[in-house]
Amino acid sequence: MAILHNKYRRFTAARAAALAGLLALAACLGYGQAVNSCLDCHSAQPGRLEVTPEKFSQDIHAQKGLTCVSCHGGDDSNYDPDQAMSRKAGWKGKIDRKQIPQLCGSCHSNPAYMRTYNPSLRTDQLDQYHTSMHGKRLAAGDTKVAVCTDCHSVHDLRAPSDLRSTVNPVNVAQTCSRCHSDAAYMKQYGIPTDQFAQYSTSVHHDAMVVRGDLSAPTCTTCHGNHGAAPPGVDKVQNVCANCHAFQAQMYGKSSHFKAFQDKGLPGCVVCHSNHGIHMPSDAMLGTGPSGVCMKCHTPGDHCDRARADILSNLTQLDGAIKQADQSLRLAESSGMEVSEARLSQDQAVDSLTKARVTIHTFQPALVNEDIQAGMKIASANQKAGQDAMVERNHRRIGLGICLIAIGLMLVGLWLYIKKLES
Amino acid sequence: MLTGILLLLYYRPGANEAYESVQYIMTRVQFGWLIRSIHAWAANLMIFTAFVHMFSVLFLKAYRKPRELTWVTGMLLLFLVMGFGFSGYLLPWNTLAFFATKVGTEMAGQVPFVGKAMMIFLRGGPEVTGATLTRFFGFHVAVLPGLVTVLIAMHLFFVQRQGMSVPPKIEAEWIENPSARREMKFFPNFALREMMAWYVAMGVLGALAAFFPWNLSTKADPFVSAPAGIKPEWYFLFMFQTLKLIPSKVWFVDGEVLGILGCSMAGLLWMLLPFFESDKAGRSKAWITGLSVFALVYVVGMSVYGYLAQ
Repeated sequence: MAILHNKYRRFTAARAAALAGLLALAACLGYGQAVNSCLDCHSAQPGRLEVTPEKFSQDIHAQKGLTCVSCHGGDDSNYDPDQAMSRKAGWKGKIDRKQIPQLCGSCHSNPAYMRTYNPSLRTDQLDQYHTSMHGKRLAAGDTKVAVCTDCHSVHDLRAPSDLRSTVNPVNVAQTCSRCHSDAAYMKQYGIPTDQFAQYSTSVHHDAMVVRGDLSAPTCTTCHGNHGAAPPGVDKVQNVCANCHAFQAQMYGKSSHFKAFQDKGLPGCVVCHSNHGIHMPSDAMLGTGPSGVCMKCHTPGDHCDRARADILSNLTQLDGAIKQADQSLRLAESSGMEVSEARLSQDQAVDSLTKARVTIHTFQPALVNEDIQAGMKIASANQKAGQDAMVERNHRRIGLGICLIAIGLMLVGLWLYIKKLES
Repeated sequence: MLTGILLLLYYRPGANEAYESVQYIMTRVQFGWLIRSIHAWAANLMIFTAFVHMFSVLFLKAYRKPRELTWVTGMLLLFLVMGFGFSGYLLPWNTLAFFATKVGTEMAGQVPFVGKAMMIFLRGGPEVTGATLTRFFGFHVAVLPGLVTVLIAMHLFFVQRQGMSVPPKIEAEWIENPSARREMKFFPNFALREMMAWYVAMGVLGALAAFFPWNLSTKADPFVSAPAGIKPEWYFLFMFQTLKLIPSKVWFVDGEVLGILGCSMAGLLWMLLPFFESDKAGRSKAWITGLSVFALVYVVGMSVYGYLAQ
């Protein structure tokens, strides 16, 4: 029994020593870390109440020194839940959705305060939000609409420049689609829910996601971000003009501009669609499934003839460029020097591109000017390639004559040597 | 040389003019394409024949006493001919030439102690610029031709002085059987055969120029990155491939430095090869033949490997 008692005493002493060691280790590891009773509890909470220190450490606000108290109030230094989350300590609890824009705006609309963190950050987001469809509906009591945290995330909110941010240009469309592609969620608004599906097939999505061009348009580029609203029918042209300036200028002066306005048609969208904008091709001027003109115009009318004229000229120039290219390639493969013509081939391609832009004037004569400029260059290049091949043939004939002469000379020399040495 | 002088009539050395002047020669000047193509093909064939000559001298034992200095001047001529190729390659100022020169001069810069100064001397500054082009033009049309003229004169003088070498086996046969001795007068017998060889060379050069005119490629742009898989001219390929195969660090020595020092040392020892051969017959001579076979297989093998490697 005494032996057992002694063993038990040794065990208790060892346990006390181990506990003391663990406490010392915990104290060392915890040294220098700020006390945050909120995270200590919420890291163990289930579902939406869970906020782990790891998650919160990713948040740009946490990285700038803000804490839970900055938004939610309370006392994060107190481990007694009743005191930490007491109204006396200024605890606001879960922020009401209606109050979120105002709460974020309390800092983000304060230029003096924001300047201390990021002088280049805009401070008009809240004002913009009030003008947006989301903001207007929220003010009218619709809490289903997007507020700041729906797009920017919460508790792990990253800077938009961070590729993992929900509002990074690459992720914006996906973020918007979380609501706008949810048919059940959007049912009461009576707007389409296929925008993201269409955008995913568009040339803009291809530029942004496949080619990694961050300047390519996404939802917010056309609709705005904080002031998001669908552009009015008469404003579509202005939206597209931000990038496609020449096309918009030409369209603005064209006969279509007034005709579309009179009929309440949304400019560029009529031919190019809106979210599912595909790479334009000459086939859009055709009468096939990709053709757009004949959706409004009557076959055989003045406009149909103009369409056919433009299409024929474009096809002609495209073909001439391809022929010139083939001719130059053939010359190059024969080792002929045609780099000057090769360089001016770019000018022919530029003329074709310019002609395709000039289509937005809807004036065949103007388009034809660009076509003719391109045709002149393409024809000259094709001739350069053909001339190079003629020159190549001349060289080979000349070589043949020289080789015959050399052969005769060799035979003569050989016979002379034989005679000399015999 | 004659084609070089003709090219000089139109060529303008300078980063803004060189490419355009060569383009002008190739497209506007009557028979300019022929002159430039023959110049480029002849230069390559000259380097090829210099290598062939070096190995034939080696295998026929023509370097042995008393012809050591003929061998030394011949080796110096081979190095100078390669220098001609390296300096001339940059003159059209096209993309490949620009980057090949950049890589080549960078390699020179790896030589311990004097490398950096040598690289700046070759480039005319820290980077390959128009200054490098004018400098290389100077080397190509003045310095190297001057040195080559002197060395050819010396080489021919030694050949003339010591006569043509006869391979040891044939020499032994002639001593054993003097009636088997076959010799030819230089003029007219040898000169006429030489004339035939000249005509064949002219035909080959003309055919190469007509069927494979020397490419001009695109103008050099110092601000773009080097094209992928860039390689030097074929006669530097075996050295280039050797350097590529050496690990970046060998013990504590930088691999590239080791490779360049190794190649330089091998070239120097190769030039002094006749001085290592013993007068006595037997094994001491056999190792040189073995080394020559190894060198030939190595140069050809590495060149082919370098050509095929990605």
